[in-house]
Amino acid sequence: MTGAIPISWYLVLSAILFGLGVIAFVFKRNVITVFMSIELMLNAVNLAFVAFARAHDQLDGLVFVFFVIVVAAAEAAVGLAIVIMLAQNRQSLNVERVNLLKL
Amino acid sequence: MIPLILFILCAALAIAGAIVLIWAHEPIHSALALILVMVALAILYLLLGAPFISAVQIIVYAGAIMVLFVFVIMLLNFGLEERTNFSKLAIPGALLAVVLMAEIAHWLAHSSIGRAMANGPAAPATEASTVELSKMLFRQYLFPFEATSILILIAILGALVLARKES
Repeated sequence: MTGAIPISWYLVLSAILFGLGVIAFVFKRNVITVFMSIELMLNAVNLAFVAFARAHDQLDGLVFVFFVIVVAAAEAAVGLAIVIMLAQNRQSLNVERVNLLKL
Repeated sequence: MIPLILFILCAALAIAGAIVLIWAHEPIHSALALILVMVALAILYLLLGAPFISAVQIIVYAGAIMVLFVFVIMLLNFGLEERTNFSKLAIPGALLAVVLMAEIAHWLAHSSIGRAMANGPAAPATEASTVELSKMLFRQYLFPFEATSILILIAILGALVLARKES
C-alpha cells in the first residue's frame, strides 16, 4: 500500500508541521492556542516516529507513538486545569498577563 | 498512484490546517483546524501501514483531547484573541523554526541514511499487525506501560486539585 511514496516525504511533512507548530507557539497570544500548538508539534513528532518505524520495519516506533499520545492526554488534562485557574484569576487568556506566579 | 494522490491530499490538508491554526483569530477556529490536521495525519498513518495508531489518533487525539480543548474554550468564552504587540522573542523564534526546517532538508539531502531514505521507496508494505504491537507492548514495554497508568492517575489528581474552588 505504501509502494511509491518515499519515507523522506513523510519526514519533510513532519518537519514542516513541527516548524509551523513552533511559529504558532511564538506568535499566538492566547494561552489555549499556545497549548494547541504544542499538540501540533507532538503530532509532527508522532508522524516522524511512524515513518521511521516503517523505514526500519520495526514496531518499537509505534509503541513510542502510543506512549506519546498517552502522555499528551495527561498533559492536556493538567494544562487545561491550569488554564481554567489562570482565567479565573486574571480574567484574561493573554499570555502577556501571565508574568507572575502569584497575584 | 492512488496512495500518492492520497498522500499529497492529506499533506496539503495538514499544512493548510496548521496555517489556519496560526491565522485564525478565534480560538475555536484554531481548535477545529487542529482537528483537521489530526484527521489528515490519521489517514497518513493508514498509508504507512499502522491501522492501530491511526485508530488511536482518531479516538484519543481528535476525540478525547480536542473535545477537552473545545470544552474549555466554550466554558471560558473569552471570544476573540487579543492582538497586542507580539513578544520580542517571536521573530528570532520564527527564524529558528525556518532554520530547523532547512537543517532537516539538508540532512535528508546529504547524510548517507538521509539519502538512502530520500531515494529508496518505502519498505515493502506489510501492515504492522496489532497482535504483534500488543505483544511488544505487554512484554517488552510492560513496565513503561504500567508507569503510564500511574502517570494518568497523578494527572487526574493534579487536575482535580488545580480546578477545585478555593475555600
